Amino acid sequence: METEFLQSLPRLLAYASMVIGSAFIVIGGIGVLRMPEIFTRMHASSVTETTGSLFVLAGLMILSGFTLATVKLFAISLFLLFTSPVSTYALVNTALIAGQKPVVVKDSTGGVSA
Amino acid sequence: MLEVCGLALVVTMGLALGRGVLGPSIFDRVLAVNMIGTKTVLLLAVIAFLYDRPDFLDLALAYALINFIGVMAILQFVQNKALRNPPSNEPVSQDNSKEA
Repeated sequence: METEFLQSLPRLLAYASMVIGSAFIVIGGIGVLRMPEIFTRMHASSVTETTGSLFVLAGLMILSGFTLATVKLFAISLFLLFTSPVSTYALVNTALIAGQKPVVVKDSTGGVSA
Repeated sequence: MLEVCGLALVVTMGLALGRGVLGPSIFDRVLAVNMIGTKTVLLLAVIAFLYDRPDFLDLALAYALINFIGVMAILQFVQNKALRNPPSNEPVSQDNSKEA
C-alpha cells in the first residue's frame, strides 16, 4: 500500500503542478481580455508567461523523469525566462514612444492608483 | 490531466485571440500575438506527451525562437514609424481619456 503510494507520488506531483499552471494561464487570459488599457493587460499577460509556463513545464519535467525530454523542456523554460522580459520591455518602450499613457485614477484620499 | 492542461491552453489562446480582434491599438494586437505564441510553445510540449512523440519538443523550441524574433521585428517596425511621426502631448487613443 505504501509502496504503491510512493510510486504514484511523482505522477501526482506532476499533475498537481500542471493543474496549478493551467489555472494561472486561464486567469491571465481572462485578465488580458478584461483589463482596461495596454499596461495593465501586459501585467496580466506576464502572469501566464512566467508562473503558468514554469508550472506546466515543471509538471512535464517531473512526468518525463531523467530523459532527454527533460533537458529539452529545461531549455524551453530557460529560453522563455530570457525572452519574455525582453519582449515585454520592448513592447512597453514602443508604447511609451508612440504616446500611450497609463490611465491614472485619483481616489478620495488624494492618493494615486493605476 | 494532460487533456485538461491542453484545454486550458486552447481556451487561453481563444481569449488572447479575442483581445487581438478587439484591441484598440497595435500594441494590444502585438501583445495577443506574443501570448498566443507562448501558449503555442506550451501546447506543443503538452501534445508531445499526450501523443507520446518527444520530437515535438524540438518544434516547441524552434517555435519559441521564431516567436521572439517575430515580435521583435514587428516592434522595431512600429517604433521606427512612431519616431518618424512623434506624438503630441495628448494620448493617442481616445479610449484611454474617456475611461479616466
